[in-house]
Amino acid sequence: MRKQKGLARLFALGGRIRAVEFLGIAVAVFAVLGLLWFATTAAGLVRPLFLPSPGQVLSRLGELWASGQLLADMGISIYRITLGFLISTVIALPIGILIGSYRGWEAAIEPFVDFIRYMPVVAFVPLTILWTGTGDAQKFLIIFIGTFFQQVLLVMDNVKSVPRDFINLGRTLEMPEWRILKGIVLPSALPAIWDSLRISLGWAWTWLVVAELVAATSGLGYRITTAQRFFQTDLIFGYLLILGILGLATDQAMKYLGRRLFRYLEVR
Amino acid sequence: MAEPKLSVRNLGKTFISDRGTTVALEGVDLDIGDNEFVGLVGTSGCGKSTLLSIAAGLETQSEGEIRIDGADITGPGLDRGVVFQSYTLLPWLTAEQNVEFALRASGRSSAEAASIARDHMRLVGLTGFEKAYPAELSGGMKQRVAIARALSYRPKMLLMDEPFGALDALTRHHMQELLTGIWEQHRLTVLFITHDVEEAVYLSDRVAVMTNRPGRIKKIVPIDLPRPRRYTMAASPEFQALHREVMDAIRSESLAAAGFAEALE
Ligand SMILES: Nc1ncnc2c1ncn2[C@@H]1O[C@H](COP(=O)(O)OP(=O)(O)OP(=O)(O)O)[C@@H](O)[C@H]1O
Ligand SMILES: [Mg+2]
Repeated sequence: MRKQKGLARLFALGGRIRAVEFLGIAVAVFAVLGLLWFATTAAGLVRPLFLPSPGQVLSRLGELWASGQLLADMGISIYRITLGFLISTVIALPIGILIGSYRGWEAAIEPFVDFIRYMPVVAFVPLTILWTGTGDAQKFLIIFIGTFFQQVLLVMDNVKSVPRDFINLGRTLEMPEWRILKGIVLPSALPAIWDSLRISLGWAWTWLVVAELVAATSGLGYRITTAQRFFQTDLIFGYLLILGILGLATDQAMKYLGRRLFRYLEVR
Repeated sequence: MAEPKLSVRNLGKTFISDRGTTVALEGVDLDIGDNEFVGLVGTSGCGKSTLLSIAAGLETQSEGEIRIDGADITGPGLDRGVVFQSYTLLPWLTAEQNVEFALRASGRSSAEAASIARDHMRLVGLTGFEKAYPAELSGGMKQRVAIARALSYRPKMLLMDEPFGALDALTRHHMQELLTGIWEQHRLTVLFITHDVEEAVYLSDRVAVMTNRPGRIKKIVPIDLPRPRRYTMAASPEFQALHREVMDAIRSESLAAAGFAEALE
């Protein structure tokens, strides 16, 4: 590769970046967008009903925080996503591994999963309400429908990308099938599986909020719907920010954990 | 001649897939003696890897017989160590743990595995890199770990499929010297596939040349160069003559493959 001087390397194909530089750029973008937002509202270019000012949004969030409402809404949503995502993951992992490892099982399960995957999750909302009411179970179900089928296919692909020679290595060592699976295939696919889970967690958030918007009596999504009724645009903006922050935080946490867990993949 | 270590008789392999049938091997006959180093060369796609996979027990032949120590090969086994062209080091294990992994799989205790692994890291000149992960090793180092791993559990035979194919010329030379060095000290039956005629002549006791697909053994060239082999030998007239002989046998095949049969006249 050509040697890039100074900051040019940040915008060269395959260029490298230091952690501080990455953080600096990311924070700067947020700061610029925040400033733009502030300037637009301060100049009175848009009516506050459509775009409230950052100050308005923050003070609304402050109020909701002080009253405990925000924390309660976050708590219930986080509870739902955690459980819903775990249920989905715990079932998707073994199935994805199974159909990624054995072509017979792939033929039996993959087309069906693919078939369901293309059904819009939102269309399941009325059905799930009919089946389980509007309680937490329905939220778990929607998260499940929205993430499970995607996870199965992602994990299947991760397992299938394990090099054939890795499996052959196990064979030449006379390892039994299950030990090849446990000792070679799984550890080999694990970093990619971790990434798949991280990506599917993002989708799970979306489906949770969708479920809460449509039918719920608590949670972040529910609060957004009620705010709409009272034209509380500042609350809607505030909660969107909270959702963004929660998503960003979980994603970064999983990325960080992944780097810790799979440190061996990095050249020191 | 004593009973061969590996004996291949009238071996054939036909691949049948959705895209049609490919006859990869037809009527392959080859004997490899105990402690003999045989190089196998041939044009690309002539069936070298297929033959090695069948010997490794990873593929089954469509016809003919293949035996190791007189017993039919029915599957992979610890009596044959395989070194793949891709390094196949498990990335989550350190260099030494990769060797231990094979030793543990072959039934050694962990203490035994640790000590044998350390010895083999020294054998391939990787002392000091025991705790390095594969991502931190160069291609040549990775392949040295793979060789250490394949040797460590004492297979009767080593099957190597273009193990140095991905290495640069200089590293390749080092690896060839390392391999002859180890082989001359430890003696082991080796089937070594390569594209590189010089490599085959330098390493082998005999070089087997295959025809184009469907692959057969076209010619076997005994390499009567003295051992220990030295790199300086490559310049000797004897080496050059042998190189020429193998090269001629392959060249006619590769020209035929390219549709230049007339050019041979
Ligand atoms: N699993 C398979 N299914 C179908 N055809 C195959 C399969 N494996 C190999 N072949 C075909 O058999 C022939 C011989 O392949 P093989 O890999 O043994 O060649 P090779 O001599 O090792 O070539 P190279 O020097 O390029 O590695 C090729 O035509 C290849 O396409
Ligand atoms: Mg090959």
